[in-house]
Amino acid sequence: MLAVIRLRNLFAVVMLFGIYSFLAAALFVTLNAVDVAFTEAAVGAGIATFLMLSTLALTVRREKLRRKRSVIPLLVVTSIGATLVYGTFDMPYFSDPSAPVHGHVARHYIESSTAEVGVPNLVTAVLTSYRGYDTLGEVTVIFTAGIGVLGLLGYRKRGGKP
Amino acid sequence: MRPPIQPHNLVLRIAAKMLIPPILMFALYVQFHGETGPGGGFQAGVIFAAAFVLYALVFGIGLARAVATERLLRVLASLGMLLYITVGMASLFSGANFLDYDVLAQERMEGQHLGIFLTELSIGMTVAAVMIMIFFAFAERGVRP
Amino acid sequence: MSVLIGHYNYWIVIFLMMAGLYVVIAQGNLVKKIVGLNIFQASVFILFISMGKIEGGTAPIVKEGVSLYSNPLPHVLILTAIVVGVATTALALALVVRINEAYRSVEEDEIHEQDQSF
Repeated sequence: MLAVIRLRNLFAVVMLFGIYSFLAAALFVTLNAVDVAFTEAAVGAGIATFLMLSTLALTVRREKLRRKRSVIPLLVVTSIGATLVYGTFDMPYFSDPSAPVHGHVARHYIESSTAEVGVPNLVTAVLTSYRGYDTLGEVTVIFTAGIGVLGLLGYRKRGGKP
Repeated sequence: MRPPIQPHNLVLRIAAKMLIPPILMFALYVQFHGETGPGGGFQAGVIFAAAFVLYALVFGIGLARAVATERLLRVLASLGMLLYITVGMASLFSGANFLDYDVLAQERMEGQHLGIFLTELSIGMTVAAVMIMIFFAFAERGVRP
Repeated sequence: MSVLIGHYNYWIVIFLMMAGLYVVIAQGNLVKKIVGLNIFQASVFILFISMGKIEGGTAPIVKEGVSLYSNPLPHVLILTAIVVGVATTALALALVVRINEAYRSVEEDEIHEQDQSF
C-alpha cells in the first residue's frame, strides 16, 4: 500500500491496484461473502484495472516529480485516522454473533426467505425481490455512466476528430 | 483488416480462440444459476464483457466491432432497462405494488421465480452492453485517423 | 488485550483507508488520485463485509443441515456499491482523458497554472 504512494511509474501503480483488488476478493471469500468476492474479482481486478490501463495508454506513463513536499496532508490523514481509531473502541467485536447489525431485518430475511421467495441464494433473493427498487436504481446508474462516457469520448468518425 | 499472423502472437491467438467460448458459456451459466449458487446478473454481465474485451485485444478492434456494432450495444442496454421497468409496471397493472413479484403468475412462488429471472436477465444485458460500450469508447479514442 | 483481538479488523481497514485518502489529497497526478479513490472504496467494502461476518457461519446460501448463516444484508449493499463504484471510475477516467487532450497534462498544478484558477 505504501508502495502505491511512493511509486512514480503509473503502470506499476495500476498493477499494484489490481493485485490489491484481487487480494480483497480473496479476503471476501474467507469472510463468507462469495457473491461479493465474485463481483469484486471480476469488476475490481478486471474492469477497473483495464480502464485505468486504457487511460494510461491515452495519457502519460510516469508521474512528475513534485518539488515541494508539504506535511499538512500527512497531519490531516493521521488526525482523521486517530479519530476513527478512537471511535472504534465502542464497536462490537469482530464476528460477534450478538452484534446489533444481525438483529431485526436480517433475521427476518434469513428466516422467511424460503417461504416467501423460494430462492436458495439469499443475496439474490434480497437483491432482486426484497430490495428490487434499489437494484433498479443501480442499473440506472450504470446506464447513465455508459451514456456519459459515450458523450465524453464518443465514437470517432472516419478520418479526423468527431 | 486482420492483424497478420506472426510467430509472436500465434500462441496468444490460439489460446484466445480456445478460451473465449468457455468464458461466454461460463457467463451464461453464472447468469442463469444465480439463484442456486453465487452469481447473478452483475457478475454474468461483467464476465460476458470480459470475453469481448479479450477478443478485441487479440484480434483487433475492427473484427470486434463487426460483431458488437454501435446500434446493437445501444439497443441492448436500453432494452435491459426497459425490461426491468416493464416487469415493475406489470406488477403495478395487476393491482399490487411496483416490483411486487407475487402477482405475476398464478402461484406466488411461480411469480417470484419469473420476476427474479426476468430481472436478472435485464441486469445482465444492461451491464454487459454498457461495459462493452465503455471499452470501445476508450479504445477507439486512441486510434490514429 | 481483548480489545486488540476484537477490533483488529477495524484498525487494518482504517490504515488502508488513510493510505487511500492520502493518495487522493497529496498526490498531484490525476490518474493516481483516481487509483487512491478506488483503494479507499475497496477498504470501505472490507469494513462492511467484516462487520457482517458471524463466527461459525457459512455463506448465505440456503443448504440442508446448515443453521447459521452470515448476514446477507451487507453483501447486498456492497454488491451495489462495487458496481456503482466502477461506473463512477469509468466516468472519471473518461474525464481525465478529455482533460489530457485539452490541457496536454494530467498534473494538477500544471492544469491550475494553465487555467489560472487560483
